[in-house]
Amino acid sequence: MINPKTQNKIAIGTLYGVAGLVVLILMALLGYILISGLPQLSWHFLTAPAKAFLKGGGVGIQLYNSFYLLILAMLISFPIALGAAIYLYEYAKDNWVTTTIRTAIEILSSLPSVVVGLFGFLFFVVKLNLGFSILSGAFALTFFNLPLLTRSIEDSLRTIDTTQREGGLALGLSRWETVTRVILPAAVPSILTGVILSAGRVFGEAAALIYTAGQSAPALDFTDWNPFNISSPLNPMRPAETLAVHIWKINSEGIMPDAKAISSGSSAVLVLAILLFNFAARYLGKRLYKRLTSA
Amino acid sequence: MFLSNDITQNTEMLDRHVVQPADPQHPTILSTEDLHVYYGKKEAIAEGDLRFASNQITALIGPSGSGKSTFLRSLNRMNDRIATVTGRIMYRGVDINQPDIDVYEMRRRVGMVFQRPNPFAKSIYDNIAFALRLRGVTDKHALDEIVETSLKQAALWNQVKDDLNKSALALSGGQAQRLCIARAIAVKPDILLLDEPASALDPVSTSQLEDTLLELKQHYSIIIVTHNMQQAGRISEYTAFFNQGRVLEYDTTSHIFTNPQVQVTSDYVSGNFG
Repeated sequence: MINPKTQNKIAIGTLYGVAGLVVLILMALLGYILISGLPQLSWHFLTAPAKAFLKGGGVGIQLYNSFYLLILAMLISFPIALGAAIYLYEYAKDNWVTTTIRTAIEILSSLPSVVVGLFGFLFFVVKLNLGFSILSGAFALTFFNLPLLTRSIEDSLRTIDTTQREGGLALGLSRWETVTRVILPAAVPSILTGVILSAGRVFGEAAALIYTAGQSAPALDFTDWNPFNISSPLNPMRPAETLAVHIWKINSEGIMPDAKAISSGSSAVLVLAILLFNFAARYLGKRLYKRLTSA
Repeated sequence: MFLSNDITQNTEMLDRHVVQPADPQHPTILSTEDLHVYYGKKEAIAEGDLRFASNQITALIGPSGSGKSTFLRSLNRMNDRIATVTGRIMYRGVDINQPDIDVYEMRRRVGMVFQRPNPFAKSIYDNIAFALRLRGVTDKHALDEIVETSLKQAALWNQVKDDLNKSALALSGGQAQRLCIARAIAVKPDILLLDEPASALDPVSTSQLEDTLLELKQHYSIIIVTHNMQQAGRISEYTAFFNQGRVLEYDTTSHIFTNPQVQVTSDYVSGNFG
């Protein structure tokens, strides 16, 4: 029989140990990626196009593609997820229909991304004849992203107290006015956190893109912003290998002499980009919250 | 012991439910007829036939779960999506419990303040102004004036007049509750419903709030749910006693406290149960 005090100490010790282990593993992983990747980084590496057989290729186009795809995928999936979440949490009654929708969302969110990718290949690339293109990739990423984003926005709405809704209704606001003027502004930071997390996942996603956005990165002409030209960066119908797909590709079939270095460098860029994105978005979220709530 | 007597007394007292405030200076502004509230199939309130006098404070008292909050929330249809309310709620000759009533407009006439202060995550100014802006009041001067009057009526102006652009979330509990009152009266209601507005406040804030309510009754008809017998005694002209979903007694406050007709009421107001 241990006394409660000792018991408590053992529990705290164990929890600290577990938490420490998690941090340690993360740090080790991050440290390894950065230590092996950072020396490869240079302006040239970040901007130059990749080379298939020779040394000295960069990841400029892949990096750009990753951001472009991310933005497109978010532009498509965020409004849908927001609408679905508002419907599910603010309007829908708790009955078998909403239970079915929630179960469907849950199942969709646990779908392996390679399955989403193959579905995207069959449906968008082949059936809808969109070809290996940014648009196919963005649609596949939307399917991949939608369930989690909807869940996270719904959770954000749930964090806003019911008394806030009653307060709005009691002032004679309609349900819609209450949601858009009271609930959403208050939920912005939490929604933004959800968006950041899902953006990180989308940015690093490879499997869903291999068969949809393709594995080639045709040369881009960054002076041509007409989206209908094939070499324009804005053209959504061109194939677009992203950074994550690039890493997968050089590791599985890269034949350039500096494949390992490029892989390490790309990984570091990927990790740094996600970190940077997180911090920037968090900062923006705080600014936005202040402006919306004058807190 | 008294519980067994309850049932018979309930039926005996039914004809006492309706009280017409006798004072011709304060005519009835709101009345309920044959009001029943159901949660699903379960009946929560039966026969709440009450008439409320204008520019007076009416207190709804009774033990927890007696249905007084449910009754209050039915009066401005806050229970619409939660419960089924049958019967009539007459406001200025109109039954506001009809489905084709514009509830949003109605709630601007029958305002509500809740148990827990619920200021919005906005500035103090916007907490009051934004509902007005949504209804087309965009003139800055008009808004400034309404904000100032409302805050003055809620006795909060002097404390916040220099901080109108600060977040309302930084206010103390008592101040936040006053802000909620200011917010409610800014849309110019006739009636203010208050659901235990002081239960989350400290004694000093509570007493300030009571003073404010006594001021406010010059302009508004007030119906307040309270757990606090002394509070009902201090501020209200009329008191309705709820028990087990029924109004057992409705009379002037002095009558309820000094000469209750029903044993349960007497037990409750003298603190023997509840």
